[in-house]
Amino acid sequence: MGKQYETVIGLEVHVELATKTKIFCGCSTAFGGAPNTHTCPVCTGMPGALPVLNRQVVEYAIAVGLATNCEITKNCKFDRKNYFYPDNPQNYQISQLYLPICRNGRVEIETEQGCRKDIGIHEIHMEEDAGKLIHDEWEGCSFVDFNRSGVPLIEIVSEPDMRSAEEVIAYLEKLRLMIQYLGASDCKLQEGSMRADVNLSVREAGAKELGTRTEMKNLNSFRAIARAIENEKNRQIDIMEAGGTVVQETRRWDDLKEYSFAMRSKEDAKDYRYFPDPDLAPLRIDDAWIAKIKAQEPEFRTEKMARYQAEYGLPLYDAEILTGTKRLADLFEATAAICGKPKKVSNWLMGETMRLCKEREMDADEIRFSPENLAGLIALTEAGTINSSVAKEVFEHVFAEDVDPERYVEEKGLKTVHDEGALRSTVEQVLKNNPKSVEDYRNGKEKAIGFLVGQTMKLMKGKANPGMVNEILRELLSK
Amino acid sequence: MANIISDATIEYVGILAKLALSEEEKERAKKDMGEMLDYIDKLNELDTSAVEPMPHLFAENNVFREDVVTNGDGSKDTLANAPEQTGGGIRVPRTIADETAETGRTGGESA
Amino acid sequence: MSLTSLTAVELGRKIQAREVAVTEAAEVVLASIRQKEPHIHAFVTIEEERVKKRAEEVQRQIDEGSLTGPLAGVPVAIKDNLCTKGLLTTCSSKILWNFIPTYTAEAIKNLERAGAVIIGKTNMDEFAMGSTTETSCFGPTKNPWNTGHVPGGSSGGSCAAVAAEECPYALGSDTGGSIRQPSSFCGVVGLKPTYGTVSRYGLIAYGSSLDQIGPIARDVTDCAVVLETIASYDKKDSTSVKRQDLDFTSALKEDVAGMKIGIPRDYFTTGLDPSVKEAVLAAAKILEEQGAVVEEFDLGLVEYAIPAYYVIACAEASSNLARFDGIKYGYRTDAYEGLHSLYKKSRSEGFGPEVKRRIMLGSFVLSAGYYDAYYLKALRTKALMKQEFDKAFAKYDVILGPAAPSTAPVLGESLDDPMKMYLGDIYTISVNLAGLPGISVPCGTDENGLPIGLQLIGDCFAEKKILRAAYAFERTGAYRHSPLANGEHVSERRVQ
Repeated sequence: MGKQYETVIGLEVHVELATKTKIFCGCSTAFGGAPNTHTCPVCTGMPGALPVLNRQVVEYAIAVGLATNCEITKNCKFDRKNYFYPDNPQNYQISQLYLPICRNGRVEIETEQGCRKDIGIHEIHMEEDAGKLIHDEWEGCSFVDFNRSGVPLIEIVSEPDMRSAEEVIAYLEKLRLMIQYLGASDCKLQEGSMRADVNLSVREAGAKELGTRTEMKNLNSFRAIARAIENEKNRQIDIMEAGGTVVQETRRWDDLKEYSFAMRSKEDAKDYRYFPDPDLAPLRIDDAWIAKIKAQEPEFRTEKMARYQAEYGLPLYDAEILTGTKRLADLFEATAAICGKPKKVSNWLMGETMRLCKEREMDADEIRFSPENLAGLIALTEAGTINSSVAKEVFEHVFAEDVDPERYVEEKGLKTVHDEGALRSTVEQVLKNNPKSVEDYRNGKEKAIGFLVGQTMKLMKGKANPGMVNEILRELLSK
Repeated sequence: MANIISDATIEYVGILAKLALSEEEKERAKKDMGEMLDYIDKLNELDTSAVEPMPHLFAENNVFREDVVTNGDGSKDTLANAPEQTGGGIRVPRTIADETAETGRTGGESA
Repeated sequence: MSLTSLTAVELGRKIQAREVAVTEAAEVVLASIRQKEPHIHAFVTIEEERVKKRAEEVQRQIDEGSLTGPLAGVPVAIKDNLCTKGLLTTCSSKILWNFIPTYTAEAIKNLERAGAVIIGKTNMDEFAMGSTTETSCFGPTKNPWNTGHVPGGSSGGSCAAVAAEECPYALGSDTGGSIRQPSSFCGVVGLKPTYGTVSRYGLIAYGSSLDQIGPIARDVTDCAVVLETIASYDKKDSTSVKRQDLDFTSALKEDVAGMKIGIPRDYFTTGLDPSVKEAVLAAAKILEEQGAVVEEFDLGLVEYAIPAYYVIACAEASSNLARFDGIKYGYRTDAYEGLHSLYKKSRSEGFGPEVKRRIMLGSFVLSAGYYDAYYLKALRTKALMKQEFDKAFAKYDVILGPAAPSTAPVLGESLDDPMKMYLGDIYTISVNLAGLPGISVPCGTDENGLPIGLQLIGDCFAEKKILRAAYAFERTGAYRHSPLANGEHVSERRVQ
C-alpha cells in the first residue's frame, strides 16, 4: 500500500413531501391503497390532461431551502425531463433543471472528531415521483401501479464536500431531522420517503482535480449507505492501483450481496431533452411570501436543546437525546405539558422507551403511544397508586398497545397495597416460612432482608408498597 | 443541402423518440430533416443576442391548487383503456433492474 | 329553406320556439350526414343512438325550462382531438384507434351545459399535424366545394362538415392555422381565440404553447355565440386566463367607423395567388367604405414565423406525443420482445409519416448540443415577433390579410412536398406564436369557384374588435355564397 487516497462524495437526496395530495392533481398521497386507486387522468398521463401545481409543495420546498441556508429563486419554473419508462406515464417527468427553486445553500455537520464542517447545497428542485413497477416472477412480466405517480419530491443536491461515510451519515441525519422538524416529510429511508444517491470519486491525496465519479443507487438504510461507500471506494482504488480508469456510470447497490453492479442499457441515451413545461405557469416568489414561510419556521434542534435545559431544567445529555428525533421531542413536550414532570418524562423516554425500541428493533419514529397515556402512568407512580416495578410492566403495554394505564391497572388489579394489616400478616407468614433467613439476618447478615422483601412482594404479586414492607420487616425482625 | 443528416443521427434520434424506421423511411427522414433544418437555419439571420427566450406568453404567475384531496378511486378509469392488465395494474413486459438506470430517478421501483 | 341550411342561432331559435324538436334537428342532421358522407368523409365517429338519447334529454330540459340558451338542442360536430367521455377519440391516428376517454374536455362540457347535442367526431390531420386533412389514418376529407380538392387542415373534417351543411357548427383546434386555413378553404367562418381563452383541458395536445380550441360556423354571429359559450376560466388548465370580457356577442355591431386596420405589406409579396390577393384587398376596400381607416404598414419578421413555429411546435409535440407508447391505452403492437421493442413497434406502426417526421425533428432540436441553437433561438425569435405585433397593435385595432396564400389544393398534391405544405401556413402561424386571436371570413372565390378567406387578426384579448370587423364585412353582403347555394347536392357533384 503505497499511495494515499481521498474519497470525494456528493449526495442527491430525494425527499417525498408530506402533502395530502400529489404535486399536480387532487389525488391522495396516502400509502397502501390497492393498485391504481389513487389515480386520475393527470397522474396517469391520459391524453388531454393538464397539471396544476400544489401550492403546499412550493411552500415545503422554500421552507427546506431556508433551513439549509439557500437562496430562493424568485423566478423559477418547471421543465420536462423526457425519457421512456413504464412507471413514467407521460414519458416525461416534470422537474426543474434550468431554474431550480433553491440554490447555494449549506448544512453544518459535526464530524467524528467533534469539528464543525459545512456541506454545500448546490440546489434543491421540485419534481414528481414515478409510479411503481411490480414484478411477477411467475408470469415473467411486470405491472404498473400509478398510486405513487405524481407524489411530490424535492431533490437536494449537495456539493462534493463529504470525505467519508461518517460525514455522509452525519449530513443525512442532520438533513432528516431538519426536514422532520419542518414537517415537510417523515424522511423514512426504509419506506423510500427519503432516498439518497451517492456520487463518489477517489483521487490521490493532495490532488486538485476530481476523479471520475460513479453514481450509486438503491441505498435503503444508513447501514447500506455506509457499506456501499466503503465498497465503492475500494473498488475505485483497486481499479486505479491496477492501472485502470474508473468509468463514469450509474451503479445499483445490492445490500444482501454487498456488491454493486453497473446499470446499462443500449436502448437508451442519457439525453433528457429538458425544456420549459408549457403547461405550467412560471413561479414568482416574492419577499413577503418568503418572510411568511420564514416566520412559520419551527424550533430546530440547537434551539430546542437550549430550551430543554433552561425551561425544563434537563441535563444536556437528556436534551441531546430527546431532540435527536422529532417523535421523541414531540412526545416529550406533549407529555411534560400534561403531567408537569419533565424530568420524569425524560427518564421514561430515555430509559424504558429506548430500551423497548432497541429490543424490538424500532426507530423512534415508529413509537405509537400517546403522551396522555405516558402522563397517566407517571401520575399513577407519583401518587403511589402503583409501584415502580408494576409501572414498568404497565408501560410495556402502553408502549405496545397504547393502553390507558389507569384503566389497565384497575382491570388487572395492580394497585399497590397500602393496608398495614394485610402487609403485616403477609410479612409474618414470610418470616414463619423462612426461619433460616431470619436467623441469618439476626446473625448480622443484612442482605438477608432483601430476600425476605422479595418473598413478601412475591406473595403480594408485586403490588405491595415496598417502603411499608421494609418497615414492617425491620420492626418484626428486631423483636 | 447545408445540413447533412447522418445515419448515426437518425439512429440516435430514433432511440430518443422510440421510433424504429425502415431503411426507406430513414432515407426519407434524412432528406426531410436536412431540408427542414436548412429552412430553420434562416433564424440565424436574426440577431437575438439581446432577447430573452419566451417560453410562456402571458405573465400569469403562481397558478396553484390547494392541497385538498378532490379525487376518489380512479382505478377503473385508469385501467379502462389498458391493452393488457393484471392484478389491478397495467401489464407491461418484464422490466429488469438494470434498465431502470437510464430513467435517472431513484427508487420508485421494487426489485 | 331546409333545416340544414340554418345557422346554429337560427336553429336554436326555432327549437326554443318549439317549431323544431331537438330530436327532429338531430334526425335531419344525421340524414344529411348519411347522404353526404360518402362524398365528403368529414366524420370519423357517429353514434346515432347516443345522439338520439342526448336529443331527448336536451328536449326534456328545454321543456322544463332549464335550457334557454341559443345553442340548446343544436347539433355540433367535434374535432376528434377533443376528449369525449365514452365516445371514441382518435386524433385520426392508428395509435388511438380504440381510445375511449373517461372524461370530457372542458370546452365540450361548457357546450353541453348550454344544451349542445354532439353529433359526431370529425376527421383531422393525424394529431393535428398537417394542412390538408390528408394525414388522417382514416383517409382524407374532401372539400365540399369541389371534392377533388382538400378541405385544408388540420380541422378539415369540422370545416367540411359545416360547409357541406352536415351540421350547423363545429369545434376545431388551431396550433398554426388549423381552424382559419381550412375555414378559408371551405368558405366558412373560423375563429382562433387568444391563447388561454378556451380551456385546453381535454384537448389532446400537439403544441401546448400554441394550441387553442375555437368555433367553426357559417356566419360570424354563430362564431361569437359559440365562443361565448366555450370560453371559460378553468382551474384545471394552468394557462387559462381569467377574463372579464367574455360577452363576445356584444361586439356584433355593423360599425367599423374609425376602426384602424393595418395591412402588412409583407403579406402581399411573393407566393400569394393573384385571386386571393385581389379578393382580400377588395374586402379591405369594403371595410374602408364602411368607415374604417385602412393603411399599409411593415410588420416585419414575417418570413421567420414558419421556421420558429416548426422548432417550437415539433419540440413540444415530441414530448406531448411520448405518452402514446402502447402501455396505457391505444394501439399496442402484436409481437414484441421486451419493453423497448414494445415501445418502438407500437409507435412506429401507430404513427403516420407526418407525425413521425415532426417527432423526429422535435426530438432532434431538443437533443444535447442543439437546444440553444434551435429551441432557444426559436423562443427568442418568438419574443421578437411578439414585439413586432405589439408595435403594430399600438397603431392598429385589427391587422388584415389573407388566411392562406392560395385556395384549396388538389387532393394528393401536398403530401409529397411537406416543405411546400408548411409554407402555406405563413399567414396563420405567427398569430399562434404571439397568442393572438384571428378569424377567417369568406371573402370571395377564385376562378375555379373555390373559396377565399379573409383573415382579421387582433391584439391579445381583442376578439371583440375582429368580430366587429368580420361582422360588419359579412353584413355588407359583399360575399355570400355556399357550395350548396345553387341547390345542387354534394352527392351529385363530380369528383374532379
